[in-house]
Amino acid sequence: MGIRFVLMVNKQGQTRLAQYYEYLTVEERRTLEGEIVRKCLARNEHQCSFVEHRNYKIVYRRYASLFFLVGVDDGENELAILEFIHLLVETMDRHFGNVCELDIMFHLEKVHFMLEEMVMNGCIVETSKSNILTPIQLMDKTSS
Amino acid sequence: MAGSSSSIMDNLFQRTLDDLIKSMRLQLLNESTFISKSIEDIRREIKSTDPQTKSTALQKLTYLSAIHGVDMSWASFHVVEVMSSSLFSHKRIGYHAASISFHDSTPVLLLITNQLRKDLSSTNHFHASLALHCLSTIATLDLSRDLTPDLFNLLSSSRVFIRNKAIAVVLRVFDKYPDAVRVCFKRLVENLESSDPHVVTAVIGVFCELSSKDPRPYLQLAPEFHRILVNSKNNWILIKVLKIFARLAPLEPRLGKKIVEPICEHIRRSGAKSLVFECVRIVITSLSDHESAVKLAVSKIRELLVDQDPNLRYLGLHALSVAAPKHLWAVLENKDAVIKSLDDEDSNIKIESLRLLMAMVSESNVVEISRVLLNYALKSDPEFCNEILGSVLTTCGRNDYEIIVDFDWYVSLLGEMATIPHCQKDEEIENQLIDIGMRVKDARLQLVRVARDLLIDPALLGNVYLHRILCAAAWVAGEYVQLVRNPLELIDALVQPRTNLLPPSIRAVYINSVLKVLCFCLDCYLDQDEGTASSYCGNLAGGQSEMFLVKTHTEAPELVATTREGSNYEQDEGFNPRNTTIESSDDLSDENDTDRVGTLLSMKNFTHESVVSLLNRIELIFSSLTANQDVEVLERARNIFAFVQLVKAEIIDNSGQNVDKKYTQVSAVIKSIRDAFSMELGPVSISAQGRVAVPDGLVLNENLDDLKAICGDIELPSSSSFYTGGPQFGTASDASLSNLLKNDESGPSNESTSLLEHRKRHGLYYLASDKSETVPNDYPPANDPKANSNINDEADALAKLTEQSLLLKKRTNQMKPRPVVVKLDDGDAAPIPDKRPEPINDSLSGAIKDVLGSEANLSVSRSNPLDKSSTKRKGKKKLGTNLPSEMKENLGDAEKPDPENPNPSSKSKERRRRGKEKIVEGEEPEQRGKKKSSHRHGRHKTHQRANSPLNVVSQAPVIPDFLL
Repeated sequence: MGIRFVLMVNKQGQTRLAQYYEYLTVEERRTLEGEIVRKCLARNEHQCSFVEHRNYKIVYRRYASLFFLVGVDDGENELAILEFIHLLVETMDRHFGNVCELDIMFHLEKVHFMLEEMVMNGCIVETSKSNILTPIQLMDKTSS
Repeated sequence: MAGSSSSIMDNLFQRTLDDLIKSMRLQLLNESTFISKSIEDIRREIKSTDPQTKSTALQKLTYLSAIHGVDMSWASFHVVEVMSSSLFSHKRIGYHAASISFHDSTPVLLLITNQLRKDLSSTNHFHASLALHCLSTIATLDLSRDLTPDLFNLLSSSRVFIRNKAIAVVLRVFDKYPDAVRVCFKRLVENLESSDPHVVTAVIGVFCELSSKDPRPYLQLAPEFHRILVNSKNNWILIKVLKIFARLAPLEPRLGKKIVEPICEHIRRSGAKSLVFECVRIVITSLSDHESAVKLAVSKIRELLVDQDPNLRYLGLHALSVAAPKHLWAVLENKDAVIKSLDDEDSNIKIESLRLLMAMVSESNVVEISRVLLNYALKSDPEFCNEILGSVLTTCGRNDYEIIVDFDWYVSLLGEMATIPHCQKDEEIENQLIDIGMRVKDARLQLVRVARDLLIDPALLGNVYLHRILCAAAWVAGEYVQLVRNPLELIDALVQPRTNLLPPSIRAVYINSVLKVLCFCLDCYLDQDEGTASSYCGNLAGGQSEMFLVKTHTEAPELVATTREGSNYEQDEGFNPRNTTIESSDDLSDENDTDRVGTLLSMKNFTHESVVSLLNRIELIFSSLTANQDVEVLERARNIFAFVQLVKAEIIDNSGQNVDKKYTQVSAVIKSIRDAFSMELGPVSISAQGRVAVPDGLVLNENLDDLKAICGDIELPSSSSFYTGGPQFGTASDASLSNLLKNDESGPSNESTSLLEHRKRHGLYYLASDKSETVPNDYPPANDPKANSNINDEADALAKLTEQSLLLKKRTNQMKPRPVVVKLDDGDAAPIPDKRPEPINDSLSGAIKDVLGSEANLSVSRSNPLDKSSTKRKGKKKLGTNLPSEMKENLGDAEKPDPENPNPSSKSKERRRRGKEKIVEGEEPEQRGKKKSSHRHGRHKTHQRANSPLNVVSQAPVIPDFLL
């Protein structure tokens, strides 16, 4: 499994989105998130975006007040994951228009949906923004 | 009626998810009460008969669970209900909730099989998509087995949207239910040839994951992957394909030649750093034989190392450390950048550069690199300091100190490390001190000296991270007491009042060392008194002098001095426990230490008075310890106490008597104790115990679980097999002890001048503790960092010295030969655990090999009902395979019944024959060309195979030939 989890955490360390691709109990998730947030948020922008933690490698990137953290296997290509994070942010930006933390809070399901379109089972399956957004846009149309 | 009206009310006044989030944001006071209140509402709403109310409640619950970690396992049945709604917006909520909250042991999973099947085959492809997503996270063995046929249909769906997802789901299904391979694998492979890049992305992702478990079966697909590598323009796909090749290339040497050119092309052409880095990585890991490619990769690494972006610098260092084992030159070429990174702002980068630096270490530069690194450790933060110390210890200790030539230096280095502030590598240092003592005879003199320096400093006892090191030091000093310069001083150090800061387990070691040293002293005293040469001392001195003679021959610059010492040692052969020889041995070892030279004469020259006072003191100290609460300490203290009383009585009684009859009994006792201690301890192989046969009649339990029942809550001993209690035990008694000691001090004493000097230096430590309960803490802080003048220009120094020592390897003209390091025949490594692949992977790759190997088999199993017993199938699988590795696995599984092939010898015959064929094949290129055609070709053969098992063998391995 390439990607093990995707986290979005704000500056204060509050989790805004957590998507795991392997089963962890609620307790395990909490401790893991706590450890990672402590490790990554303490780093500054002159330090690299890769942190080794337990058996994961965490690739993270900060956009304004929001940290995007992706836990991957050791062999995963770090730069590709950084690109993946950027793609995710761009996709959200295209959908929400100037995406911010509140959009993610209030449309958590949609963000989950985008993630689902992009990643299945830890593998990246879709990298085209319009393909990712088509189902969501259709849904919006039908529901409104 | 009442029920429906209440649900309408619920519906009207229900908070939506947006409301929930909004009020949560406003709720500044107490989040957890707000959440529990919301959960109460949800519990009520979710029972509603109105699907809208129910699904909204579930939506809120899912949100709280995902973000705030609220348990939602209680609602799993409601999840199933919402999933089965026909309305997409409800269904979506249900499926999302399921994929977030369900796991393998969720009971309601059994209920959703039909729902999933219905949705998978739904004409509404959004419904199918939901089901696929859900399946990709929650599929279990049962679900996988039951839904494999549906999945098989979707794998060739005309909608890319669905096909993509079905492909990704296959990964999970294969993992849970390997037999699905028989059904789905062929379609999966067909998708590799798809012209749609989205489909290829998904398939390659699946193969990348599959190959990470066992790459061997996918060798046959190499031509497909190669085509993608050459033709694809999509970087995501290329990266994944490269990952697959990185696993395949080591298995098939001919593969490297085929892929190296396209990879180099990507390195040269591509502007995407991620792709270039992946190419670099595959070249240095899997294609290291291709020189030009490696050169190209290393030049790319150099670009990364000097980049502004810390990410790229980190990856550059990382790539270098991957390259280091095979291409040390790559590291050397970039050593400047590596050393510069040791000062980087980012600790991750620092650690990478440290790893690289350690990779550069060789026996010619270990001294200098360790020196500079220790200076770095002194000024680093605790974490990095220990990282440095840990790396130095591991590197130096590797393969029984392979790279260490000068053990005297290394032992001193260990002592120095112990006193670095922040040092927390106590365990490793402890182990190495003892290990070197046992393995390297020639290092013992220095070892004892280092141990003495550690033991004698009362400040060190206050640092808990030094306790284990002190434990090792105490053991070493006791074990090799014959090399100790001043045993009396050592005893004083071992019984000093601050030893009560040690945990009891370590105190016990201290006490045992006291016994050893005491026996040695008494032995010497009795010998000198009798005026006869003790055989033991003679032997000792002989051994010593031999060792030093070796030294003198090699230490050319000190020629003059050494001849003198050499002659001294030759005298030594004749024995001399006291006077000149001892002095010279100390002289030799401690030439710089001029301040004590004057006192050396009396070091081991025991007078009657000094011995009696020593005995008195020990008696005094241990009488108080006999009330200690720890059983280890107590027992040993009592033993010594009894022993001292016995000896003392006789020594005092006989002091005035005739020389011949003196101390016969004591002599006998001490001789026998000395004999017990004089047996040399050697390193013990980890597997040693396994080689001891279990005696007849001894029943060994499989595990020690019932021990728990017996022991109850008794604390089991820690790993050091000692009880480690709090250091407070015995404080009171020790306080009184120090009072006694003080009294003892005030009386006239016959202590040697060096000891007095020593006491002057550490005056404090002989004072009584001021309070009876607490131990004074006004000692100088342990481990005062010493100002190091050369810290500043370390980087330059390091750069210079690596240059010298790495490039000019000629410099290794050793000053003296490396001493013998005792190694065990079978190595000290732990027995290698039986590495059998996990059963699931095993059966998965077995199944895949099977499918790839013969399509005939595929069709057979496809027509078979799915629930056919798997053991039977396994037998078939083995028959059908045609890969050497599978053969090996079969041999490994010899104990399993193998109905198809009852004769084990035929297997080995087959294997042999196959080996031959491979060689033949390599020589006949035309034949290879014929085989190129692919699966179709294989089909004919499989028909034959089904008839006669032996024909299976005659078919050569198909794998590599696609490519060549």
